[in-house]
Formats: sequence, structure tokens, C-alpha cells
Amino acid sequence: MTSVPMSQSLTSDDADHSEGPYLTVEDLTVTFPTEDGPVTAVSGLTYSVAKGKTLGIVGESGSGKSVSSMAIMGLHDTKSAKISGSIHVGGAEIIGSSESKMRSLRGNAMAMIFQDALAALHPFYRIGGQLEEAYLVHHSSASKRDARRKAIEMLDRVGIPQPDRRVDDYPHQFSGGMRQRAMIAMGLINDPSLLIADEPTTALDVTVQAQILDLLQDLQREFNSAVIIITHDLGVIAEMADDVLVMYAGRCVEYGTTKEILTRPEMPYTWGLLSSIPDVSASTDARLVPIPGNPPSLLNLPPGCSFHPRCAHMDKVPGNLCRTEMPTLTVASSSPSHQKRCHLADPAEVYRTEVLPVIAPDLVEETR
Amino acid sequence: MTQDPNAQAQIEPTEVGANAAESGQRVLRDHPASAGAEHEVGRRVASTPLADQGRAATALDPEAPAVLTVDNLKMYFPVKSAGLIRRTVGQVQAVDGISFEVPKGGSLGLVGESGCGKSTTGRLITRLYKPTGGSMVFEGHDLAGLSNREMKPLRRDVQMIFQDPYTSLNPRHTVGAIVGAALEVHKIVPKNKVLPRVRELLEVVGLNPEHYNRYPNEFSGGQRQRIGIARALTMNPKLLVADEPVSALDVSIQAQVVNLLQDIQNEFDVAFLFIAHDLAIVRHFCPEIAVMYLGKIMEIGDRETIYARPHHPYTQALLSAVPDVKQAAVGGRRERIRLEGDVPSPINPPSGCRFRTRCQFAQEICAKVEPPLLQIGPRHKVACHFAGELGAHPATPVTTGVLGVDDHGSPIPGAAHAGAQIAVPGYEKTWYDLKTQQTTGA
Repeated sequence: MTSVPMSQSLTSDDADHSEGPYLTVEDLTVTFPTEDGPVTAVSGLTYSVAKGKTLGIVGESGSGKSVSSMAIMGLHDTKSAKISGSIHVGGAEIIGSSESKMRSLRGNAMAMIFQDALAALHPFYRIGGQLEEAYLVHHSSASKRDARRKAIEMLDRVGIPQPDRRVDDYPHQFSGGMRQRAMIAMGLINDPSLLIADEPTTALDVTVQAQILDLLQDLQREFNSAVIIITHDLGVIAEMADDVLVMYAGRCVEYGTTKEILTRPEMPYTWGLLSSIPDVSASTDARLVPIPGNPPSLLNLPPGCSFHPRCAHMDKVPGNLCRTEMPTLTVASSSPSHQKRCHLADPAEVYRTEVLPVIAPDLVEETR
Repeated sequence: MTQDPNAQAQIEPTEVGANAAESGQRVLRDHPASAGAEHEVGRRVASTPLADQGRAATALDPEAPAVLTVDNLKMYFPVKSAGLIRRTVGQVQAVDGISFEVPKGGSLGLVGESGCGKSTTGRLITRLYKPTGGSMVFEGHDLAGLSNREMKPLRRDVQMIFQDPYTSLNPRHTVGAIVGAALEVHKIVPKNKVLPRVRELLEVVGLNPEHYNRYPNEFSGGQRQRIGIARALTMNPKLLVADEPVSALDVSIQAQVVNLLQDIQNEFDVAFLFIAHDLAIVRHFCPEIAVMYLGKIMEIGDRETIYARPHHPYTQALLSAVPDVKQAAVGGRRERIRLEGDVPSPINPPSGCRFRTRCQFAQEICAKVEPPLLQIGPRHKVACHFAGELGAHPATPVTTGVLGVDDHGSPIPGAAHAGAQIAVPGYEKTWYDLKTQQTTGA
């Protein structure tokens, strides 16, 4: 990192920080037309991320995690996809803005890291060339030599050994972890204030995953950027995110601080996620309780709460409420910074007496 | 199964079929409850209330005899030069001398980073590759030396579940054809009995038996993996090699499939070689675990020892790298051992201990002498010169007495070399105690 541009960006970041969240998503709805009718992939999604903070988005495949973040990057085809609501990035409205405006923001103010680095990097071009291109697009006055120096600097920054030699390698000459690093370098080359990491470590080994997560955290501290991590690994969320958003069938079902959501979850879907993963340190008496059934088709969502066909706690809700009425996102009883979408009257009690003894017998005493 | 595979191959096909059909029905009849018991499995997994559904981790039976004994197994892939005459210019030592046992009806977990040789091991045991050296004794037959013809009757007993349910099922075949193919190949049941057996199997794995004429693309990822499991179960195998059976599935579906595999193990008494990189899943499924690195076993032992008191620096680093959900209560990142860099190339592995290039405890001896896989507890073996619990690694090598070398790895003339007893597949009654540096017993 050159010290001069970085200190500049830091001071401007501080100014932005006082104005509130850097990214605000309000009532975002994304609908795609298909042969079988319109599919609402994301509906009524609202969240915000401040600079220097990390939001974790969890959910199964098809729950709308990636679709919502691609909407922020303006990557949906505006001719077919219907997007409503509002997305503000650093004060600028994304929805409805022109392609040239988007192009100036994309890769500059906001950047994205994709899951499959081998597919996201072009196999015919050298790593250095691809990094330089990303830099030159947004720095039209910079020379080719500046861009190359910047590319080497970024590769060094993300921990690639001998960056001045590896810069001329092709993507296939890099290992999986190094490719992911190269993609992070490409994402960060223009000091973006918003970084979206879509399953950044899913294809990697645990040791490499730990390296990449360390790197993301160091870089976030250095650039003070807002980060969104999309993952299905609750362990990654627990260690990285400040806030968590749990998505199911295109909707937010639980949203709050990481500590709240993972220690006092109030939505049966989140319970299901927590109970279906074994833990490396949990007692071996803890049982693996899967969520029965499969995620619903977005074309044909069940009436009422989308989760009700798979929910084990429906009998505790009076009447037929779960089948007939979609619960609204309400503030949880435990904390004002915790929202959940569920009809259960006292979910905290159900979690403590029914769910926790099964999934973590050793934790029951502590929470009493 | 007869002892001599040649003799078996000469038996009339009809006779083989009759025997196998009988044994197939036996397993289904063996259910604890009744004739409908196998249906129970499917139903339980699919939709029963929370309380009945969870499975606790599988327990270890230390007295179980071994169903598979792997001794000094090696697989070297040749590296060919470019050009017209493709000469062999090197070897990828994917698996280099590993020894372990899989107990009858038990499960051994194989963990490690990508490229450590764990999938190659699985493919060797199912004889998709022919090993370069070593032996794999399965029920009295050494699978390593058999020809394809001799192997065929044994393939029934050793089946495999593949990682990716999207590429391991033929998209042009119906589920019935996929699951029933093995029945027809091995002529186990008469043609008119194939379909009923397929439907039975589909029900065992929790699928609707009426869906036998559908194509794989009509199923979700979790359901496809169930089809793969049904196909592996067709032959009533005694050993199932599961190569990353859940890593391609969604989190909520992973638990369903792991529970199904546990049910299958309990009902049919199948032994599992469970290959995965997810340490938490392996811990839940396998009472015994082997940790591999660059083609060698670094540490092997029972679940409690490996996860609570690992003695190898690599196992310790691997475990500390796993993100933990419980960290949410504390906030921030967990303290971890950082491993720098990547796994070295298996074409030219480091001398001595293969992990030394990334190990913080590595000394001169590690580059000179390869540490033996030394038994240091009743069911615990570790290959490290400085084996010890985290934070309590010894200052001097613990293996010098066994290897007959000094602290720097140079051989001591005339010193006893006790290498012979080290690389046996199972566990001995006596072991080398790290504290007293003496051989002790239970």
C-alpha cells in the first residue's frame, strides 16, 4: 500500500462514518420473469452496514442471499429483472441509476469477491494483467507502469510470496488459496468502501480458510470498509460478523447482532441451522437434528409463514396462524437490536427448554 | 463369500445369484422390528417430530475385528514429459505408505487438506486405481493384487458413495436403472425382482418408491445424494467408502444425510471409511480418525484423543483453524495456530518429516529422519519427533530411542533399531509412553 492515497482515503472515510451507515438497503424486492411465471427471489429486504462493520448473511441455496447482493452491485439485467425498493451506497441511489454511473461505482466504491476464484479469473490473461485492468479503469491518468507497481503491491499485501515474479503467472499456476487471495487483491485494488464477499472460503480447506478470514479482517481494519459476508457456515459468521441476517425463501427471518442471533435465536429456522451442524468441541451426546424436508420452490411458496411445512413448533401457535398469515418482522423480547419473523409467543422459552437440551446439553446450565 | 475368489468366479452365475438374493433378503429380514422395518428408516429421517429425530455421535467398539486392514499402501502417479515420447520424469507420491484398520461395523474418518491423498486412498480401496505397493486385506483377500476379474465378486462388498451428486448420476438413466444396474450386472436377483428391490432401497434411503422412473434432474441435491446411497446399498456391502458424502449439500440437508448414514450403519452393520475435510462432521460420525498430510498419516486415534488431546502439531493447527459457532458469545476471532503457505508438492516432498516446512517446532532431526508412526496410547499413534499436547511439546526428540539416532538425527552406531513394530496397521497391547520414555501396557 502506498501511504499517501491510503491516508487520504482514511480521512474521507472518517467523515463518512459520522453520517451513518454506508450501505442502506430498504424494502428491496427482486422479481425475475420465468416461463412458469414471475419468481420473487428477494422480497422486502431491509438492512444497513456501517463502515468498519461486517454483516453476515446466512441461508440455504435459493434463499436470495446472492441475488440481493448482486442487486447492490447492479449486476441484474434491468430489462428483465424487476427491482424495487432503494439501495443507497455512500449516499448514492443504486436502483435506477445509469449504466455509466454504475460502472464508475463498481470496482471502485464497491467490489465483490466471488466463491469460485478459478471461474472468476480469466484463464487466458495473466494475474497481473487482470489486476492492472481493474486499476486502470478507474485511474485513467495512471500509466501502465503505475498500474503494474500497484498490482505487485496488492499481491504483496494479500500475502502472495515473491509478488514481483508471481504477477506474471496465469491463474492456473496459482493454488486455490492463492487464487482467492488474488481475487481479494483485485477487489481491493481501488480501496472500495464496500466489499461483498460471496462465499469467499466455501471451496477452501480450513487452514486456508483461516488465512483468508484473517486477511479479510486485517484489510477491513486497514481500509475501514463495510463488509458483507455471504456464507452458510455459521462458524465463519460467529467469528467474523458484527450483525447477522438470516434469510429463508427470499425473506429476512431474523436480523440482529451476532451475539444475539447465535446465542438467543428466536426463529425455528435459525434453531434448525444451529442444530443441524455438529461442533468440533460440543459434547458427543449432542444430537444432530436436521431440518426436515427441502427448501420450498420460490414459484410456489407455501401460504402463511414460508417455513411452516418444515417447522416443528407450529403446534405451539394458536389456531391456524402459521398456515394462513405471514408473520411480520418484529422486535424480539430479549433485545431491541434483534428482529424475528415468527408467530411463537415465547420463543426464548421454547429454545431454552426444548432446543438447547438436545443440541448442546452442556450449555443448558449456563443459560439458566 | 468363499475364501478363494477364483473358485467363486467359476461358480454358475445362477448359483451366485441365488446365494446373493438370499443374503439380500436376510439383511432386510434381520431388522429388529418386523418386515416393514426398513420402511421405518426412511420415514424416520423424512418427517418425525424433533425429539425422535436427532442422532448422537457414533460410539467406538474397541473389540470389533478389522474388516479391512491396509498395510503400507502406496500410490505413485507417473509424471510424463511433454512431446511425442512421453517419458516418465517423476512421480506424484499421492499415498506413500499408510497403514490402518477399519473395524467391522465401525467407521474410520480420514481428514486432511485437499491434495493430501485421502480421496486417492478411497479410490484405491474400491480398486478404481491399482496400488503401486502395499496390501489391502479385506476378508482374507488382498485387494491390491487382484485382477479385475478376480475383483468383480468382491466389488459387491466394497461400495462407494461419491462427493458430487450432480456428476455421479447418469442424467440419461432413470433412478430405477441407476440403482438397479448393479443387481443386473451381478445377476443377484431374477429380472422380475429387480424393480421391487429398487423400490425397497429407495424407501430405505427416504425417497418415494414410486419415483423409480424419474430422472436425476427431477431431484434436489440432497435427494440425489440419497439415490447415490441407495445405489451403494444395492449389494449389501460390508464396507462403504464415503468420499465427502455431504460437502456438496446445504447445511440443513447435510444433517439429514449424516443421520441417514448413521441409520444405515446401525441397521445393516456396514463399516465406513468416511473421507471428509469437515472436521466437525467427521467427529460426529467416526469414533476413530486418521489425519493425513501429503500422502502420509500424521496421527491416528480415537475421537476423544484426536479432538481433545492431539499430539501432532498439524492436527493441532487443523483443529484450531475450524471456525466455532460458540465464539459468538465471546466475540472476535479465536486464538489460532497460523500455518503459513501451502502444502508442498507431492512430486518432490520435503525430506524427513513432510510437515516440517510449515511446522513451528521443526528442528534438524525433522529434516534428516522421518518420524515413525509411533503408538503412544492404547488407541493413539502419532508421527512426530516432538509429539506432545498443545503447549507441552518436548524440547528433545521423543523418537530417538526407537530410531537409534541422537538428538540431531544422526545414527548412533550399534544402537537398536526398533522400527519393525512401528508400522503395523492395528493397535498393539503395549505402547511407548511419552512421559517415561518406556514401553508400557494397559
